[in-house]
Amino acid sequence: MTSVPGIVAVVVVALATLAIGTWGLRVSRTTSDFLVASRSVGPRLNASAIGGEYLSAASFLGVAGLVLTFGADMLWYPIGWTAGYLVLLVLVAAPLRRSGAYTLPDFAEARFGSRHVRSVCSVLVVAIGLLYLYPQFQGAGLTLRSAVGAPTWVGPVIVGAVVLANVTSGGMRSITFVQAFQYWLKLWALLLPAAVLVAVWFSDGRPGAASSLAGAPVGDWSAPLASGGGQGLYVTYSLIVATFLGTMGLPHVVVRFYTNPDGRAARRTTLVVLALLGLFYLLPPVYGALGRAYAAELAAAGRSDVLVLELPRLMVPGLLGDALTGLVTAGAFAAFLSTSSGLCIAVAGVLSQDVTGRPWRGRRLAGVTAFRLGAVVAVVVPTLMALAAPHVGVARAVGLAFAVAASTFCPLLLLGIWWRGLTAAGAVAGLAVGGLGSGAAVLATLTAAAPAGWPSVLLEQPAAWSVPLAFATMVGVSLATRSRVPAHAGRFMVRLHTPEALDLDRG
Amino acid sequence: MTGQPPGRPERPERPDRPGRPERVRVERVRVTGPPRRRTPGARTRDIDAETRLGGVYMGSLLREQLWLAVRVLSVLAAAVGSLPLAFHLWPGLTEVRLLGAPLPWLLLGVAVYPFLVLLGWRYVRRAERNEQHFLDLLSEVAE
Repeated sequence: MTSVPGIVAVVVVALATLAIGTWGLRVSRTTSDFLVASRSVGPRLNASAIGGEYLSAASFLGVAGLVLTFGADMLWYPIGWTAGYLVLLVLVAAPLRRSGAYTLPDFAEARFGSRHVRSVCSVLVVAIGLLYLYPQFQGAGLTLRSAVGAPTWVGPVIVGAVVLANVTSGGMRSITFVQAFQYWLKLWALLLPAAVLVAVWFSDGRPGAASSLAGAPVGDWSAPLASGGGQGLYVTYSLIVATFLGTMGLPHVVVRFYTNPDGRAARRTTLVVLALLGLFYLLPPVYGALGRAYAAELAAAGRSDVLVLELPRLMVPGLLGDALTGLVTAGAFAAFLSTSSGLCIAVAGVLSQDVTGRPWRGRRLAGVTAFRLGAVVAVVVPTLMALAAPHVGVARAVGLAFAVAASTFCPLLLLGIWWRGLTAAGAVAGLAVGGLGSGAAVLATLTAAAPAGWPSVLLEQPAAWSVPLAFATMVGVSLATRSRVPAHAGRFMVRLHTPEALDLDRG
Repeated sequence: MTGQPPGRPERPERPDRPGRPERVRVERVRVTGPPRRRTPGARTRDIDAETRLGGVYMGSLLREQLWLAVRVLSVLAAAVGSLPLAFHLWPGLTEVRLLGAPLPWLLLGVAVYPFLVLLGWRYVRRAERNEQHFLDLLSEVAE
């Protein structure tokens, strides 16, 4: 039976996740516990949790498959996802924590004193969150089909159920422990098989790329640029812009910063995250390169996403191969669970504050109940999307989420934190221009509406033009409405940038 | 801290009568004067009241931190961001092999990550040092 290791792995990871989550439930009592783990998580635990949450299906499965198919230019994805944290650390981490807000809409409301900006941000958080959740659920379906031969609807349903059970029972506090565990699980689930596989490769006499590989010549494959001359250069740089700047705008990344005790801890946490991500991303290219030699037919068949899952069995026969397959399946399943949980918390947090927690016909749900209701919505909607449309590219949807985040929340955060003169009108205009521009571009790509050549390239990777456009709009409109700079903007700058040790009036 | 009067009078209360032993009076003035622990707050009050001086203090902190961030990001852009252009202009670089591995793979797959961590580490150290300077500046006893 080839499906046994996969089934065992999925069951063990699901049970371990539920067990740790239940243990976390015993210490989760208040709404603050649910949303931000009562802001008492130390840098190392928090960094593991952030790493566990951030390394999604795209990192665990996608990168190796992309490298196998397209070559070295795909290495820019993991670089961008890591460097995004450096940009976040340098420009956003400490001030964001010091702002004292729960979620991105909270930040916007505190900065501008405007319910209007808050609503726009809430819509964007939910949109980006659902966009990012959908490929996770869809990837879970692909994984379970590859690992145990289950129908594609099984994966989304199992992941949705486990996430819902965990998030609604313990919220952020229990999820912190779960995700820290899942980072280390994912790391070892790639590291151990990679070590064995590299040893096998050496003992096989270090074979090169299989000659049967259809497609580009080897030289093109190892070039770190998308092919196509000037267009390739544009695509690569646009990808860099989207990933370097988009990370700070992902809702599940941002919400994590509020769990740090203070701004200093937020910085140190981010630094540890950088190291943890760098460590992890050394591994997927190894699978991609080995796949070149041993599993080239996967790329030809368009199934490169399952490379990480199938490579151990292709290279190592017998029981050891089965055991390694079980390990990578466990890691992949952990990737779906942790990222989905984090996104679910972020989306549920926003929904509970702005939708489910609002008074409704004179009645109002309690904080924790509203949060749970928000979590149900945040899980059920993308599950239904994954069941209804299981064939939209996983990496594409994730790329779309990054591009939209980079074109909306990145300018909002950067200008909001560093420029006193940003007004509510400027923020809304920039969010609208960036969100509509990048969103329309990727919708056009998904529906293949654009003509080939430059128009198609510009729409496929919109970040390089949509991000500057959003910045320019925010600055321009803010300057035009200069008289409406919020009165408390100066006080808010004090709050964002001064160390907590100083006894200052922070508004 | 405020309960113990200092042993020797540093500033005589009444300089017009230097001959008189005025120790008791000096002590009493010191004790009932503005409490010493409020003195460090003098500069934070400038910030709280948003005076021009407070604005100067805040502006210096903001500029220091932003300038630090710009420097770190410039290094990132120059070192990592220039790679695609370099490989575009000199495609021959792709063929270069170092220690048995192709150069692009060594740079993009391995070397870039320690570099990012190093940049982050230097940033954190300097940002914390900037904040310490700001703390020291605002905590200096205005004498």
